[in-house]
Amino acid sequence: MTHDATAENIISVTGLVKKFGDFTAVDDISFSVKKGEIFAFLGPNGAGKSTTIKMLTTLLAPTAGTITMNGHSTTAEPDAVRRSFGIVFQDPSLDDELTAYENMEFHGYLYDVPADVMKERIPELLRFVELWDRRGSLVKEFSGGMRRRLEIARGLLHHPKVIFLDEPTLGLDPQTRNHMWSYLQNLNKTEGITVFFTTHYMEEAERIAERIAIIDHGKIIASGTSDDLKKQTNKPSLEDAFLELTGKVIREEESNAQDRMRQMGRMWRGGKK
Amino acid sequence: MPKTVCAKWAGCGAAAKNKNTDMKTVYIMWLRQIKRYLRSRSRIVGALGQPILFLVALGYGLGATFQKAGEGNYFTFLGPGIIGMSIIFTAIFSGIEIIWDRQFGFLKETLVAPVSRFSIMMGRTLGGATVATIQGIIVFLIVLIPGFRPFNWALVPVAILFMLLVALLFTALGTMIASLLEDMQGFQLIMNFIVMPLFFLSGALFPLEGLPAALSAITKFDPLTYGIDAFRTLLVNLPVIGIGPDLAVLATVTAVFLILGSYFFSKIQV
Repeated sequence: MTHDATAENIISVTGLVKKFGDFTAVDDISFSVKKGEIFAFLGPNGAGKSTTIKMLTTLLAPTAGTITMNGHSTTAEPDAVRRSFGIVFQDPSLDDELTAYENMEFHGYLYDVPADVMKERIPELLRFVELWDRRGSLVKEFSGGMRRRLEIARGLLHHPKVIFLDEPTLGLDPQTRNHMWSYLQNLNKTEGITVFFTTHYMEEAERIAERIAIIDHGKIIASGTSDDLKKQTNKPSLEDAFLELTGKVIREEESNAQDRMRQMGRMWRGGKK
Repeated sequence: MPKTVCAKWAGCGAAAKNKNTDMKTVYIMWLRQIKRYLRSRSRIVGALGQPILFLVALGYGLGATFQKAGEGNYFTFLGPGIIGMSIIFTAIFSGIEIIWDRQFGFLKETLVAPVSRFSIMMGRTLGGATVATIQGIIVFLIVLIPGFRPFNWALVPVAILFMLLVALLFTALGTMIASLLEDMQGFQLIMNFIVMPLFFLSGALFPLEGLPAALSAITKFDPLTYGIDAFRTLLVNLPVIGIGPDLAVLATVTAVFLILGSYFFSKIQV
């Protein structure tokens, strides 16, 4: 893979390192994502996936290396980078006490979307994810799938060039998953939006992604199309190729306070229903 | 399919920063706090329960003793204290709500947005302070029922401005604490070692004159003491410290807490 920052690349990562004390979470990785590409970023738990995404989305400062997105540096021009992407986090990030429409509006204000554009774009997007009829309902009444759809609509409101999806289909049934990917593929085709996603469902990556990078122990150990990876490992499916590349040992992640909070949050949300 | 309305909006994609962005951020964060407040009726009622309990139990329970001790009508004395109580509790909890935002993921939505963390923190704090002030005004109306009367109605709006200042101070304190905590585990600690002492040592319930020297010194370090004194001065004309020093202390501490609060908030990692 070449790492030169041509105009074709919407994301270029060079020599990216992240250390937490003595622990190196991301160990000198370089890769690029082409404009309009559907790119899957795969890896076992604790491989450095989330840390990389946090650096790409300006939530975490790299220890070394550079990231350029849409022509802007994530460290020197974080606001320009932030305007360039939309993100659907692994955990919900909606305000439960606001309605679907209000959540969209809130996002529009933060991204400085003009009022007349919002008036047109919010109904369009809510219809697109089939939530227009529920626009006035509080998000706390929404199911997991509805929330995820709303997050996608919200992530697209400010016309991002890239949409990040961190395990967007986790916990969704096959129908909703299928539906969601057809939205995203559609958007990718019509608006040319670059899709960067992570998933643990290998058949999903195989079916959807145009290009795949696999990270393990903080290093990118393989990249290419699904066929490339299968050929490289001489395996019939991406799942087998993935296991061949990353090994079959189960990874334990140490839970930090944040994870415990999420766990509590899930229990709390589950308990309220 | 969403059609592209991009052409209408020069700022499509990676837009140039508009000067109004910070104001818009402050406004929408403020509005969010207000909407959440107005929607949770149980929270409004719940937050009024405690001041009413104190008012009734202490007002009627200790009123006669207070009068006999030559201190005058206890409701007149207690009213400003109970108002201060509802403000400090609501304000600190509003600030601490950031922990919930963190837990329920909403904080991330604001932190990846192309806006300054300072404006996020300011909008939130102003929203929380507005809510706490509204609670204070509601409690003011409630204490009128057992016979509390301001000595000069013209000073009530000034008292409300002081309520806003006190609310701002404690919301900023709550924000500061919440930015330093990772989860709700420390909540009980905050209640017992910060909120309760601040409340009880402020002279909200008893006169500060004639306290043992050590205790009296401690009360001087409690910002709520100056808030309660300001309320008492403006509502019932019972000054101990004086409105000038009250304003100076409250304004200074608020400024310091806002600066520290936004500093710690800017350090939050999700």
